[in-house]
Amino acid sequence: MTARTLVFAVWPYVALAVFAVGHWWRWRRDQFGWTSRTTQLLERRWLAWASPFFHFGALAVVLGHVVGILVPAGATAALGLSEDAYHRVAVVGGLTAGAFMATGLVILVVRRLVFRHRLQAVTTRLDWVVYALLVVVVTLGAHATIVNVSGSFDYRETVGVWFRSLFVFNPDVELMGSAPVLYQLHVGLAFCFVALWPFTRLVHVWSVPVGYLVRPYVVYRAAGAGAR
Amino acid sequence: MRIKAQVAMVMNLDKCMGCHTCSVTCKQTWTNRDGVEYVWFNNVETKPGIGYPLRWEDQDRWRGGWRLDRAGRLRLRSGGRTRRLSRIFANPDLPVLDDYYEPVTYDFDTLLTAAPGPNAPSARPISAITGEPTDITWGPNWEDDLSGSPVTADKDPNLKAMETQLRMELEHTFMFYLPRVCEHCLNPACVSSCPSGAMYKRDQDGVVLVDQDRCRGWRMCVSGCPYKKVYVNHRTGLAEKCTFCFPRLEAGMPTVCAQTCVGRLRYQGLVLYDADKVADACAVTDPKDLLAAQCEVFCDPDDPEVAAAALEQGIPADWLDAARRSPVWALAMKHKVALPLHPEYRTLPMVWYVPPLSPVLDATASLGGDTADADDVFATVDQLRIPVEYLAELFTAGDAALLAGVLMKLAALRSHMRSITAGGKVDADLLERVGASGDELEELYRLLAVAKIADRFVVPPAHEEDAAALGSWASAWAGATGCSLDEPGGAGTGGPTLVSGPGIPVRGGQ
Repeated sequence: MTARTLVFAVWPYVALAVFAVGHWWRWRRDQFGWTSRTTQLLERRWLAWASPFFHFGALAVVLGHVVGILVPAGATAALGLSEDAYHRVAVVGGLTAGAFMATGLVILVVRRLVFRHRLQAVTTRLDWVVYALLVVVVTLGAHATIVNVSGSFDYRETVGVWFRSLFVFNPDVELMGSAPVLYQLHVGLAFCFVALWPFTRLVHVWSVPVGYLVRPYVVYRAAGAGAR
Repeated sequence: MRIKAQVAMVMNLDKCMGCHTCSVTCKQTWTNRDGVEYVWFNNVETKPGIGYPLRWEDQDRWRGGWRLDRAGRLRLRSGGRTRRLSRIFANPDLPVLDDYYEPVTYDFDTLLTAAPGPNAPSARPISAITGEPTDITWGPNWEDDLSGSPVTADKDPNLKAMETQLRMELEHTFMFYLPRVCEHCLNPACVSSCPSGAMYKRDQDGVVLVDQDRCRGWRMCVSGCPYKKVYVNHRTGLAEKCTFCFPRLEAGMPTVCAQTCVGRLRYQGLVLYDADKVADACAVTDPKDLLAAQCEVFCDPDDPEVAAAALEQGIPADWLDAARRSPVWALAMKHKVALPLHPEYRTLPMVWYVPPLSPVLDATASLGGDTADADDVFATVDQLRIPVEYLAELFTAGDAALLAGVLMKLAALRSHMRSITAGGKVDADLLERVGASGDELEELYRLLAVAKIADRFVVPPAHEEDAAALGSWASAWAGATGCSLDEPGGAGTGGPTLVSGPGIPVRGGQ
């Protein structure tokens, strides 16, 4: 088994399996810890800027990845979006979103250091691993985008196709293996991030409280019954 | 008519001497843990003062509670649902630790290990947050007995509403203590703010709780509560609040704060209310009508129609009986001397206060009047804008006439009882002016002055049949999950036993 196969055909499945089983285990085992573990009580002013920057930026980045990787090039073309126009939107939108996310991330990391007296007690080693992984993955992704402003490397016909091939259990390792090393590193480390996800505070992402929009304001709960 | 029972409380502020016993016993019971060092589910403030957390009554800053929008509809002050969800990443209205105070412990070790020397060693304060030496610059009762208030008291939001500068010269000063717990509101803004649905009002007794297993730490409840009585545990990242000592209530006992109150100023009992009327009552246009609207929501347990409906809707007969004997009902509805704290927040709070007459009596004495002579006290109430207007800002949404009426009744009570015990003539004219019969005043006197523990606390125990249902429900989860309070920062002390008392929210609803 070559290193390529290991990284682009085996590791993604391992990471996704850990992601799935890990979440199931955590959900059953640890409702109490299923939270973002907010630190706003301890430091408000930096967070007020950094957190919205990071979160809104990250949401836009995720959306960009969905469009760029999950949606085949043929689909956007069929909608009347030329390859050139798509690329322009992707670069401008992606870099803007990435800039927001990276700015927020940097402030968040610096905040943990500047206010470490207060924050160290609520910052775990795993938090630092997540921060480090995020910084590396975001840097690699941004770097790859900047280097490829011209569009000379078409990730939609390589990375995208490989990624979708994972889900039909027929990973096209050669497609990914032929991509520039920046992309390879970005993808390989991103799956590390995926594997870590269920064991970190990142689980709060799945608790986006959309139900709040339609719920009655005051919740009553009877003894022995669920919320109603 | 949808009748529910609510455990409620009344505090007689004239009797509060500011000893903080309630705060300390509460702290030892509930918040002596990591992550909640700064939290006082029960605290006692000196008024006038800015309180704990700083200026908590300033809703222009903290945006707690409800208000009416332009169309007259009830809205959370912090905005609509979408607006608040859009700010979920950084809550702009959340107080931070510095708005409470930096909790400290002391370097006691130095006292034992210091080298022998000419001076006795001292234990320096150490921040409970950072573990480093710190200076103590503020605390939860920093303004105790008006200390520092020449600097801080003018920042009291209630004075801003009066457009009056409080004169802190000694001869004009007045003060009283305000013990505060969670209000367990009928229309709780914290519950309504909680994006996760982790906060709820217990159907059987109205106690407002946070389900620690469903809380996701969005902290909207903390800013949503206008009384700032929900707190963030900074270790767990979850919300915690006053539980009204529900395990004790279920056993038929009063809360720890109430039972340990040295001044015996707390009363606890049931109030029946019509849940269908709550929404309309919160939305009356004039804030000064909120008190009357809330009283309209309450149901008279002696009304046969109410009693029949209550029994039919599953309220146990002994609870109905307890509601009839409730000292809260007597003080708030029968004698009309208890008032809600800041009704203008529109949450329909359920911890009420008998306003203090002592500031007025002090003023009467300093003006040369007789504090036991109702006429002298009435004159003071009429003449002195402060403190009557100040008390009105706290208890009647600024309705000074209403507040003066309550104070006059309390003054009449003193005068009436003196005429009885001193063999004087009962003043029928006085009774008429305050709208009470002699019998009523004497009953009120007994309730305020001599009531025994069984009269002050009428808390019916929870029903065992419910407990059995919940017990089996809880134990089904025990093997799978263990006790969530045993997690780091949790309240549990470890060990395999799952809390199994009736009504304990071990696990979230489905």
